[in-house]
Formats: sequence, C-alpha cells, structure tokens
Amino acid sequence: MTNDLDVVAADPKKFIQGRTGPWEIVMGLEIHAQVASNSKLFSGAAVGFGAGPNEQVSLVDAAMPGMLPVINRYCVEQAVKTGLGLKAQINPWSRFDRKNYFYPDLPQGYQISQFKDPIVGEGVVLVERDDGSTFTVRIERLHLEQDAGKSIHDLDPHATYVDLNRAGTALMEIVSKPDIRSSEEAAAYVKKVRTIVRYLGTCDGDLEKGNLRADVNVSVRRPGEGLGTRCEIKNVNSYRYIMQAIEYEARRQIEVLEDGGTIKQETRLFDPGKLETRSMRSKEEAQDYRYFPDPDLLPLELDPAWIKAIEASLPELPDDKKARLQSQYGLSAYDSGVLVIEQERSDFYEKAAKGRDAKLVANWTTNELLARLAKSGQDIENSPIPPEDIAGLVELIETGVISSKIAKEVFDRMWAGEGTPQQVVDKHGLVQVTDTGAIESVIDALIAANPDKAEAVKEKPQALGWFVGQVMKETGGKANPAAVNEILRTKLGVL
Amino acid sequence: MGELTSLTLKAALDGLKAKTFSSVEITQAHVDAVAKSKALNAYILETPERALQMAAAADARIARGEAGLLEGAPLGIKDLFCTESFRTTAASKILGDFKPTYESTVTANLWRDGAVMLGKLNLDEFAMGSANETSAFGPVTNPWRAAGSNQSLTPGGSSGGSAAAVAADLCLGATATDTGGSIRQPAAFTGTVGIKPTYGRCSRWGIVAFASSLDQAGPIAKTVEDAAILLRSMSGHDVKDSTSLPVDVPDFASFVGKSVKGLRIGVPKEYRVDGMPAEIEALWAQGIAWLKEAGCEIVDVSLPHTKYALPTYYIVAPAEASSNLARYDGMRYGLRAEGKTLADVYQNTRGAGFGDEVKRRILIGAYVLSAGYYDAYYLKAQKVRRRIADDFKAAFEKCDALLTPATPSAAFPIGQKDVDPVTMYLNDVFTVTANLAGVPAMSIPAGLDKDGLPLGLQLIGRTLDEGTLFSLGGALEKAADFRAKPKAWWAS
Repeated sequence: MTNDLDVVAADPKKFIQGRTGPWEIVMGLEIHAQVASNSKLFSGAAVGFGAGPNEQVSLVDAAMPGMLPVINRYCVEQAVKTGLGLKAQINPWSRFDRKNYFYPDLPQGYQISQFKDPIVGEGVVLVERDDGSTFTVRIERLHLEQDAGKSIHDLDPHATYVDLNRAGTALMEIVSKPDIRSSEEAAAYVKKVRTIVRYLGTCDGDLEKGNLRADVNVSVRRPGEGLGTRCEIKNVNSYRYIMQAIEYEARRQIEVLEDGGTIKQETRLFDPGKLETRSMRSKEEAQDYRYFPDPDLLPLELDPAWIKAIEASLPELPDDKKARLQSQYGLSAYDSGVLVIEQERSDFYEKAAKGRDAKLVANWTTNELLARLAKSGQDIENSPIPPEDIAGLVELIETGVISSKIAKEVFDRMWAGEGTPQQVVDKHGLVQVTDTGAIESVIDALIAANPDKAEAVKEKPQALGWFVGQVMKETGGKANPAAVNEILRTKLGVL
Repeated sequence: MGELTSLTLKAALDGLKAKTFSSVEITQAHVDAVAKSKALNAYILETPERALQMAAAADARIARGEAGLLEGAPLGIKDLFCTESFRTTAASKILGDFKPTYESTVTANLWRDGAVMLGKLNLDEFAMGSANETSAFGPVTNPWRAAGSNQSLTPGGSSGGSAAAVAADLCLGATATDTGGSIRQPAAFTGTVGIKPTYGRCSRWGIVAFASSLDQAGPIAKTVEDAAILLRSMSGHDVKDSTSLPVDVPDFASFVGKSVKGLRIGVPKEYRVDGMPAEIEALWAQGIAWLKEAGCEIVDVSLPHTKYALPTYYIVAPAEASSNLARYDGMRYGLRAEGKTLADVYQNTRGAGFGDEVKRRILIGAYVLSAGYYDAYYLKAQKVRRRIADDFKAAFEKCDALLTPATPSAAFPIGQKDVDPVTMYLNDVFTVTANLAGVPAMSIPAGLDKDGLPLGLQLIGRTLDEGTLFSLGGALEKAADFRAKPKAWWAS
C-alpha cells in the first residue's frame, strides 16, 4: 500500500505473465453518461435522436454574441439522483468552470464543466464479476458538463462538417479511483454503473449511440510496487472494446517496460479494426485548459431538503433488489444477480413468480427465456412469452400435468407463438400419463418382449434406465417418470 | 425645430404627452442632427427609417392613450447591444456584418416602453479602452474642445459614442455599458450624467460580453432625472441571465429632488492620488461643500485596498475576456480568413479581426489563467477583489454613499495616451472599484476646468441603493447648476 489511492489487495490470479515475471494492471475509469433529459444543460434546445443536422441548436448552443447559459434544474436533479445511486456524497455547494480550447464543434471556445467543486463527491459501487463474486470500486467524483458537437470529416475530402445538435447536451462524468485490476473487472464495472443509471432513469445507458462511453486509465506494475505511469484510452464504447483495449494496452506497456523503456503519460485511441491503441497526444502536448469559474453562472447551491426529497423518491436499487430476491424468493446470488442487471428482467421475474415455485420460475426465466432472447437479439420487454405464461408453465410442472422434459417442448411451442402453456398442452395432447394401469400395460409388454434384459436388471440395477427410456419412448414422453420408476422397480424386483 | 434636440428626456416626454410635438417631429429633428454630425463619428450605424417608423407607431400609441414610459423618445444604442436585424459590431472587424436574429433584453425593454432607435453608437472595440480609440470604425471626437483650441479631444471610453451623442444633442439619451468605468468616465469627459447600476440590475442577455462578472449596462443622459427614467426602463430581472437579480425595479426618478438632509457622505482618503490635478482636488472639495450645505454629514472613511483595484481589475477583466472572445473563431458568423489548416484559419481570422488592444487583453487573460500562473494572478486577484468588496461593506457601515472624483483628469487629446497602455489604464483608477465590488456608481457633471472642459464627480452607493444616488446626484446637479454646452462646431 503506497497511498490511499492504492488500497486493493493484489490478487495473483489477475496477474499478467510477462517475459520477466508477473505484472499487475491498475485501472481507473471515467464514464461519460448522457443525462436522459429533453433539453440541454444550459439552453432550452431539445435533445433527441434522429433530428436533422443542426436542427436542435439554440442561440446559446451556437454561442451567438451576448448569449448566456442558464442551468437546467432537471439535469441537476438527475446528477444528484445518480450520486445517491452511487452511494456518494452530494455537495450542497458546487460550481461550474470553463475549460478553454478551440475546436469547431465547441462553439463557445470553452466547455462548461465542473473542475474544482463537483456536484457529487466520493462514493462506492459494488460490482459483480461473471462468476458471481463481487468487488468494490470507489467513486472519486461525479460532475456535470456540456458535451461538444460532432465534427464529420468523411463527407467531403476537403471539408469538415459540424453538427451542433449534441453541443450543450448534459453529461455526467463519473470518475472512479484506480480500484480495477483486470479487463473483465473494467467491463463489469461499466455494466454495473450502466445498470444503476438505468434503474434511476438518469441515463438510457445506450452504448451504441454513445450515450454511455468510457475513458480508461491503464497502468501496469510489478506486484508490490507503487502505481505506474498511466495512459488514458479515450472513448471506448462497448464492453468488448473496453476489454480488448485494456488487454492490448497492458501488453504494450509491459513490453515497453521489459525492454527497459519507460511509459510516457499520454492519451491514446483504441482502433477496433486493428485491435490496438495508438498515441493521440503526449502529456507535453496536452493543452492548458485555463480552467476558471464561469462568471456567467452562480455557484450551484442545493437545498438539503431538496436532496432529501430526491433520496426519498429513489427506486429500489440493484444491490438492494438483489438482496431482496435472495431473501424473499430463496434465489442464489448468481440468479438474482442475473435478474437485477436489467430492471425489466426482475420485474418480469417477480410477475411470473407470484404464487409459484420461485426457484423454478427463476430457472425458466434465466436459463431458458433469457438465453433464447439473447440468441434472437431481443429485450425482455419485447419477449414473445409474457410472464403469465412462464408462471403458467411452472404451474403445469408443479401440479404434475407435464414433466420437466415435456415442459421444454411446451416452451419451444410457446416461443413459436402457439399460445399459452395450457393451449399448447391441450393442442398437442402433452398431458403427463399418471394412469398407472396404462403405464403398467406398457411395462408388462416390454418385460415380456425382453426377458434377458429383465434378468440383467436384477443383477445390475443401473440397467433399469433402459426400461425407463423405453417406457417414455412408448408413451411419447408423457408418462409420469416417478410412476414409471416405481412400477418398474416393483415388477423387476429392484429395491 | 432645432430646439427639440436640446430638450431633456423629461421635457421631451412631457411635450410628447401634451402633444406639443409628435414623436415623428422630435425623431426627425434628431435624425437630421445625426446626419450632420459625421465629424464626431459617434454613430456607426444610423437607422433613420427604423427610427421614423418607430416614431409613427409611438405617435399612434400616444393618440390612443397607450403611451409607455419612454413613448416616442429617440435614443442612441451602444453597438455592444444586439439589435434584431440591425448590424451589431462591438466596433470590431471580427463581427463583420453580423445582424443578430435577437434583441438584447435591455433594448427590448426600451422598445417595450415606446422608445425609438436612432442608430448604433461607436465604442472601443469590445468595450476595451478608455478613449474610444480602439474602435475599428475610428475614434469618436468629443463635442467639447478646450477654449481657444481646435484640437480633437477624446470623449473617453468605452462608451464614447454614447457620451458624445448625448452631449451633442444627437439623442435624448443613450444606452451604455460599464466594465471598469466605461459609463462614468465618458460621462465625466462630456458633461453628461452616467450611472452604472448594481451588478445584476440590468440583464446582460444580448450584450456582447467583455468581462461577465464586471459588465453592467446603464444609461448616459443629460440630467440625473433623465438617467433615472432610462434606468427604470432598462432594469429588471431576466431569467435568461443567471446573474440578473430577482428584485423589483423602483421608480428611480421619484428619488430625484428628495431631500438629502442627514445622509452621511463618506470621503475615502485613498482616492487622493499622487499627481492629481489641483482642479480635480478643488472640485472634490466643492462637491463636499455642496452636500454639506444640502444637509449631509461628511465622514472620513478608508477603503484600504483601493491601491490594488487597478491591477486586480486588469487581471480579472482580461481573464474573462480571453475566454468570452474565444467564440469569435470564424466558424459560424462574422469575419473568416481562410488558411491551409484549422490553426491557420483561427490565427488568420483572429489576427485580422481583432485590434491591438483586444489582442493585448486576450494575451494577458490567457497568461493569468495558464497553468503555473493561475494561483499567483487570477486566484490572488479574486482574493483581493473580495477584500475590496469588504472595504465597501465596512465603509457603508459608517456612511450612506461615497463621494469621489470621477476621473483623474479632464478629457485629453485623441492619441495622447495611446503610446503606453498603462497610462491609459490609469484613467479607470476611480471607477474600477465599483465594478469589482458590484456596487452602483454615478458620474455627475460638476464644473469646468480652466480650459472650459467638463469635470465630473462620482457617487458610489450601497448594493441596490441607486435611489440614494439619484437623490444625492440631484442635489449635486442642483448645486453645481451645470448648464454649459459644447459649441456645435461639428454641425456641417
């Protein structure tokens, strides 16, 4: 432990092997989450997807002479909400600063951001790894800032076009402490933050549209050493890219260091085509942004009662919901973790689980339905099978009307749009045969036709399985397996 | 009808109301006077058609008995205020032929109250200057000349066009802005009244920004009462400006003529600067005597951080300006000078578009904000600024208003102080403190120097207490009985 930034215990399982020994990756992330708001941070202009170029630009966004910013209360509220969701300190006094630089998609010549006094201070996020284990990432701060417009370089070989629709849109920049130690952890952290902001409704979390994107600060060190020099990889906008960018960057840094070189602090870009990062600008080339408090805006002072009211209105957050699903329904940490990733999933689950075997409903929801939805690229909101039908299916299993095996067939037919489970069962005559007389006659015929096998079972009870299989085959799988077993054992004298 | 232009705003409004003359008549008289005033270079855009059209509409409203506070009164507008569909330049080449699609809040308030626009008035480029010499349209000439001299004098700056136009009867009153003295110094140089109200009294929306935390609009007028009438119309809370104060606007004119008996007048010892001309010193003493006679109590006060005000101002104002002027990049409006690379376009555009003084201040501003210098300059200046504001707070425990000279000298010849920017900056020594503290301050013509040039006194008041300034200004005006007018040498 070299300082309070460096508090995560080293885990040799996460080390990367270099030519000269193991290395540890250390990462902190900056997530930019666009505030889900109908208007921009400092202007009344609309925010939306699909508008024509420069159709959502106000005089303020275009930085016309004499125009002034006015803070959007709704955006402030979303930042406070998000801060509370990150279990972070809400600062009742914060301030906006100007970050000065020239670029055509930055009409004011400065970005209004929060530099010294952000609206949200330190917090903590509990993150689940793929195997269900958890780790914590400390949040350094969250601040509000304006997004820039878009420069379009590929429409004309000799000109750059600028679309200011995005200029002035509100972003929340969520800065973590360097608590992340592997590419999987980095992706899991982004996923978790995305889940939280989606629960809160403060950001739609759409990575494809760039509404949630991450800058990754990567450094490597030999286990036990102090923090290394970091490189910042800008604007990575998918989980896969985040992981690939980190893997490449860590390897690159290890190679440099093992060759006796040093890491230059710089900003790098990830090229998803070549799967590599390349230098954008070094620290020496880094601009001096000449931050200073924006004199057009007053400090942002929040009424503690207002913060309390927002806190009281927060929805159940994923961690709380996960704990509740475990205690209320007896689900495993893993299943409840899978269900709470999206609010819609747990809503679906809880609807289906009402009055039914909760674990069975969880199995059908996570193992069957979610897998099927993922395969077909659909969200649970648009699931062709509604929660009532999952409940219906489980009810049929619970009451012994169908076996689990038949249930799979019923599920396939439900997925194919053949109707409710009851309709499918009725239409295809899939009701389980529990009539012992009918089962007995099948078994008698089988034993008569295969005396040698019947003898063998007496010597080797494991061979009973062959008879079970044959009965199921004869009955088209509809025979109640428990009944089949019992009758076979009696008739063949196996105990 | 020549006399119509020599009326005060108040007299003109009375005449219009009484239908002694029409708005079209008084507007036409001003349009004619403006057309003959090219030698002053006060107007950089004349809008006679618009003026007469607005005047006709005003006459119709007067006829219907719907007259507003300023109904039919022709005014001049400093070309820092954006005026819808009329060229707005800030006296800079970089804005080119920029015609806003919007109207500044302050001018919109004036039109709401029935005022008539005669045109746009010259100023220092982006309001940066104290002699109106940095304008891309050339300097404004002061209507006043020293006795027996034909030398052109500066009307001061940055609101030189506004002050000259009011002094030369080229409008009944004018809008102006004051970042470090840009209303009060030109008013003092031209024998007119100018008030910089409390920061936040007038909306900054639609005014081309120089230094956001210091900029404040206000009127330049012929009399204290006229200034009060104009300020009432210009003021008011505006949700589009976050720094605009959510307070009611008093009827400022009702304070003019009120007794000032018993008011305590502070005389700050730090305003007695080295090398101040004896005439200024004498004028100040005279002002003190007048207010004493009017029943005021004179108290000595101290504003100990005054000597740091000018350096503080010349750090804070350029810092904000360097950022505020970044938007003039040749991309969306105004001048654009092509180049091979993006950096070339920026350099060529800003190199060609900005004048020397503007460039100088952008450089100073970028320097004081840059890494490694921020703490020593910008941050330090902010701390000193707070001390200066505290000085005023402490002083106003002991007194109700302060009386000081408005400027360290009378109007000087054009070009005289052009050689050394610091000499020019010293002009603001008495005025910048009010901007740094955000308090209201007014310049009132109080007498003539030995060359027959006007000199002004400054009153500084408590935050939002413009009313007291108008009462005291009225008392000083009455005592000084300043009636001198410049000879109309410019009228061709």
